[in-house]
This record gives sequence, C-alpha cells and structure tokens, in this order.
Amino acid sequence: MKILVKNGIVVTDEYEKRQNVFIEDGIIRKVEENYLAEADVVIDAEGAYVLSGLVDAHCHLRDPGYEYKEDIVSGTKSAAMGGFTSIACMANTNPVADNKAVIRYIIDKAEREGFVHVFPIGAMTKGLKGEELAEIGEMKEAGIVGVSDDGRSVENSSVMKKVMLYAKMFDIPVICHCEDSVLAEDGVMNEGALSTAMGLRGKSKACEEIMIARDIILSKTLDVPVHICHVSTAYGVEIIRTAKKHGVRVTAETCPHYFTLTEKECEGYNTLAKVNPPLRNEEDIEAIIRGLCDGTIDIISTDHAPHHMDEKNVEFDKAADGMVGFETALPLSYTALVKAGHLSMSGLVRKMSARPAEILKIDKGRLAEGKMADITVFNPNVDYVIDTGKFASKSMNSPYHGFAVSGKVVATIVNGRIVVRDGELAV
Amino acid sequence: MKFSKKDILGIAELSAEEITSILDSASVMKRIILSGQKKTNYLRGTAVLTLFYENSTRTRVSFELAAKYMGADTVNINVSSSSVAKGETLIDTGKTLDAMGADVIIIRHNMSGAPHLLAKHVRASVINAGDGMHEHPTQALLDMYTIREYYKTLEGLKVAIIGDIYHSRVARSNIIGLIKMGAKPVAYGPSTLMPPEIEKMGAEIAPTINDAIYRADVVMGLRMQLERQKNALFPSKSEYARFFGMNPVNMSLAKKHALWMHPGPVNRGVEMSSGIIDGANSVINEQVTNGVAVRMALLYMLAGKQGSKDSKYTDNLVTLPVQEVVV
Repeated sequence: MKILVKNGIVVTDEYEKRQNVFIEDGIIRKVEENYLAEADVVIDAEGAYVLSGLVDAHCHLRDPGYEYKEDIVSGTKSAAMGGFTSIACMANTNPVADNKAVIRYIIDKAEREGFVHVFPIGAMTKGLKGEELAEIGEMKEAGIVGVSDDGRSVENSSVMKKVMLYAKMFDIPVICHCEDSVLAEDGVMNEGALSTAMGLRGKSKACEEIMIARDIILSKTLDVPVHICHVSTAYGVEIIRTAKKHGVRVTAETCPHYFTLTEKECEGYNTLAKVNPPLRNEEDIEAIIRGLCDGTIDIISTDHAPHHMDEKNVEFDKAADGMVGFETALPLSYTALVKAGHLSMSGLVRKMSARPAEILKIDKGRLAEGKMADITVFNPNVDYVIDTGKFASKSMNSPYHGFAVSGKVVATIVNGRIVVRDGELAV
Repeated sequence: MKFSKKDILGIAELSAEEITSILDSASVMKRIILSGQKKTNYLRGTAVLTLFYENSTRTRVSFELAAKYMGADTVNINVSSSSVAKGETLIDTGKTLDAMGADVIIIRHNMSGAPHLLAKHVRASVINAGDGMHEHPTQALLDMYTIREYYKTLEGLKVAIIGDIYHSRVARSNIIGLIKMGAKPVAYGPSTLMPPEIEKMGAEIAPTINDAIYRADVVMGLRMQLERQKNALFPSKSEYARFFGMNPVNMSLAKKHALWMHPGPVNRGVEMSSGIIDGANSVINEQVTNGVAVRMALLYMLAGKQGSKDSKYTDNLVTLPVQEVVV
C-alpha cells in the first residue's frame, strides 16, 4: 500500500521543515519538499506536524492477568490514539513478566492483535520481590528491551548491584523505579502541609531522592548505565544533573503529570490524583521543566497505568496508584512545554520519540527514508477539553477530565498501517 | 441562623457562625441532660446508625445516648461481624444502609476521608466520628463548648495542645476550630510526633513544653498511642512522661484557673500524671457530659431538616412540624 502524507511540517529531533512523506509497503520511501506520487491513501496534513512515531519507554498494559483494567488490544489502541507507535510495557503483570514464557506471550499477542509495536520490559528480580535475579538472559533472547522492577525499588543494595552487573553482561538497559519504601512507610501522597491537613500519610521527596542517589552511585561504581523512571522532585533533578556533570551514565524520564499537576489535585480525597511517585509542588514542576530544557531529563514517558474505577472509588488509602496517560501525554506536553515556550517542537519530538528509542536501543524514533513507516500526525491548532469518557483505553482513571489543552493526534501510522485517521481509530 | 448542612464531615467545613450556633444549641441540650427527664421525642421516627470501623467506647456510647435522649431509633453496626468483614466496600455498605431508611449515619474509620466518600454516595446525613488522622469534629466541638462554657468566649484564649500531634485528628480539628473562633492554639509534642508543616494550619509551635503551657488558658493533653513505641517514634513510656508529660510542676506555669483537658482515654502517668487528671482544674469528666450535649445538638440540627432532602422515601408520609426545643 502507498500512502502520501502531504502539506505537513515534518519534525524530527534535528529539523522542522515543510515536506511530504511517501510510504510504500510499510517503508518511508521519500521525505521531500513538494514530493508527489500516486498513492492509495493521501493524508492532508496542512497545518499539522508530521512526527516520527512517538515512543513510550514506560507503560503498563496489564496483560496478562489484569485484563479487566487493560489488555494488549485496548492498550495499543489507546497508545495509537495518543500518537504512540512503539511502547515498552512494565513487568508487573500476573504472572509477573520475569521469565521468557510471559515475555513470549506478550510479544506474540502484540504481533497478532496489537496495533502498535510492543517492547516488553522484564523484571529485574523474580516476582518483583527484590530477592533473586530473574532470568534476564533468557528474557533478552525472548525480546525484552530493558529490566525493571517498576512499582518498587530493589530495596537490597547488594541485590541491585548484582542486577546491574548481570544486566550489563547482556547489554540490557537497567530501568530504576526509585523509592525507599521503608522510609515511605505507608505514605499515599506527597508529604507536607496538605498531607498534614488531610490527615494522610506522606511520602517524602527524600524517599525518591535517596534511591535516585543510590542507583546513581551504584551506576558510577559499577560503570553500568541506568535509567531513572518518573522523576518528580526538584532535588531529584539536581542529583541527576550533578551525576551527568560527573560523567555518570545516567538517563532520566519524567511524565506529563509531574510538570502539569501538583498535590493540590488530591484535595477532596480525589483518588484519580493518587499516583506513585505522588504529585508534588509548584517548585518541583519548575525544576522538572528546567531539567527537560537543559537535557538533565532525557525523555517524557506516560507511565500509563490503567485501573478499574472500582479500584479508585474507595478510601484514598486503599485506592490504586496511577493514571492512564497515552491519550493525554502529547497534548499535555505540547501545551505545557512547546506552547508555553519552554521547548521547540523538535525538542519535544526528541524527548518523546528519538531519545526513548536510543535509551531502549530500539531502531525507532527516526523519520527518514528507508525507515519503517511509524508516523504521527499532530495538529497543534485544535483547542479542546479532555474527555476521559472518550478514551480508547479500557480505563478512564485520569485526573485530566475537563482539562483544557491544545493539540490533537490526527493520524497514527504504524509500520505503514493507518491505525488512527481523522482523530478516530481506523481499525 | 439556619443550619443547612447535610453532613458534619469536619470543622474545616464549618463557619464560625455555624460553630457558634451548634454550641448555642448544645447548651439547650445540656439543660435537658441535667433536667433529669432526659427522654425527649424531638427525633422520634429518626433512624440513627453508628458504623464504627475502629474500636471506640466513649464516642460510640456518647452518640448512642445522644440519639436516644432525642428519641431516635439507634442501631450499632459492628463492622467486624458485618458484611464489611466479607469484603463489602464502604460505598456499598452506605447504599445498603441508605436503602433501609437510615437518616443519620455516624461513621468512624481508620482511613482519612472515608466519611467524605460515604457522604458523596448516601442520601442520609453523615457525621464524622473520627477519620484516620484527619478530623474528629464532634470532639473539637465538645472541647470548644467546654472552654466557652467556662470562659464565655473563645476569643483570645491561649490553648496549649500537647502530645502526639502527628496521629491526632483531635488536634487537627481543634486547631482549625479554635483559630476560626479567635483562640490561639499552641502545639507541642516530641519532634517525631509532629506532622510536617503543621504550622501552616495556623497553630503556633512551642519550642518546649514549658513554653506551650506558660500562661495558657487551656491545656489539652492528647492520648499517647502506646503501640507507636515500636515504630521508633519515642523510646519508652517513662522517657515520654519525663519530657512530654503534663505534671503539677509544668502545669503550674499555666494560668491559675486554666482548664486541664483530655479527650480520653487517658494513659495515667504517661501523658498526664494522676495529680493533673484528678486535679481541681481538670474538666475531663465535664467534657464527657458536654460531648453528649453537642451530639444531641448536631443530630437535632441535621435530622430536623429531613423534609428538605430527597423525598423518595418520605413522599407518602405526613411531614410533622419539628417542635422547637423549649426548656
């Protein structure tokens, strides 16, 4: 099949230029100004950006085991609606993705029934228990792109050291959820004046910063690159900045909710705003945006974490952590970063496409001739209000319902297949 | 003034005027209690349910007696033997009680915000009888009632609140209420038991226990939850008593006629020595009586406005005019 995407502004992490993109049999054949050719489908991208398909280095697809929250079919639809063409899913499924059988299951199902490329991340330790190494070698053979015990830290530093050394041998990225869970006790929101007033147990910023520092120190000591997940605090950014200055091979991510929302969202015991790490304060938002601008924070991931409303319609202490993110990440990032003047569009594409692909060492995130046709068409000129009821995800646990944003995904092309067209699922 | 609230979830949701009108109404109720003829029928036909997810004797009995003195029908739901123990959610439990015709649900819960969640999903009025570390509004109201009864006003009074502030919903509700009523709360406790940024709630933080008590008009001790010792929050009972306990020596720094208060139950010899608990200035038992009066007032104010609520179940009933309380 031949597809011509015309009249749009192509944005890669290197340039922004008005070009047409011609796709044939799933491959980008031409990226050229005014290029015209006969095509089966013509997408007029006038006024829109044509991006290398977005890459999400951190999401939860809940499949296998929690298909009532999400599965690979609904999750990849939701991802495509958000402009993502490649996604890396975390290992906290049931059973845990700590062995090649579960990894094979995810890859096979995604190939058969999914709508975007799915790259599983394997567990660091068996059962995410932080005790014994998972079969990282076998999982690498089966297709994982990283290891992570996301959802918790490997509390025991000796075990973490072995995870790093072992993963390095297989050249597999080490992806760290940073949280000192002993210090966090049973915290359910950011610790401070608001947690005190609401009578909720706080999770201090130190819980996160201590583990960021530990993992960086281990990385430096062992000379193993590490990737720090969902950075949410100002001092966390500062620790990473300093480490990078010292030449430590550390990369870092944040998520849209850490630069668009504060702990205030939790007021009224709003469980939709319960997430881990918790939403922080204004000064953290400012520091995270600075970190994104100066390159301290390499990428933006979604941490898409679907939950059934029954898991949110409960006491705040009992409510599940996390929010869905695929379908809001790009408009939120565009609005808060590009439109607000902090990042260029090209800079945003780097953080949401090229750079996450580099960190995961996958051949994605490039819009260039000869590459697989993974393309997102994004119209920045649409202002609207987010409606969680319209999500393609099975879950709608998002605090952004009613939130005003700019920019909408018009089309998503995955391996030459048009998955989203005119802002609607086309499959 | 007209009282238009559906629920009593916290002192934070009440204005100074509303607090005043509750306290005024409570003084009428107190006269009923002291009159010897405690049974009235102001709330005849009203169903008052207590739903306690945490153990409590005093608060539960206080609410139950308050409801009975007002002539309401009361039912205690024992959570450990109810369907809650079988895994029913709070919302489902609430809806069930609602469907049975509950008019007022009094809830105590170990999780902050649970009464707020319940109130959003039931037609019945919800009274928070203590939620997690958040609020205990009826305790603060009875404390303010007790103070006001003695001093005639709360304006300008220094109220020292001493002990485990971190875990205390009593402290939080009192701080909020006292500030609204023009008093000056001063908090003190071991640093491991002070919640972060508590000063942003408006209370002054005293550097030492003596500073807290010095020239106070009211000194309020909080219950030390002894099970917390194992969480490394304080080393031992005796060390706690030595540095953070109220005793005749440090209490002599308070004003001569200062009120000595405690929400109970007291750990004798830990947060308060017996000399204080049983001392001349102690109003601990008075607080208990006032608790019933305040709860009678709240029940009357909430349940007295049934007619204005959703009338799904009351359409066919003749709405009787609510009698004015006259003593």
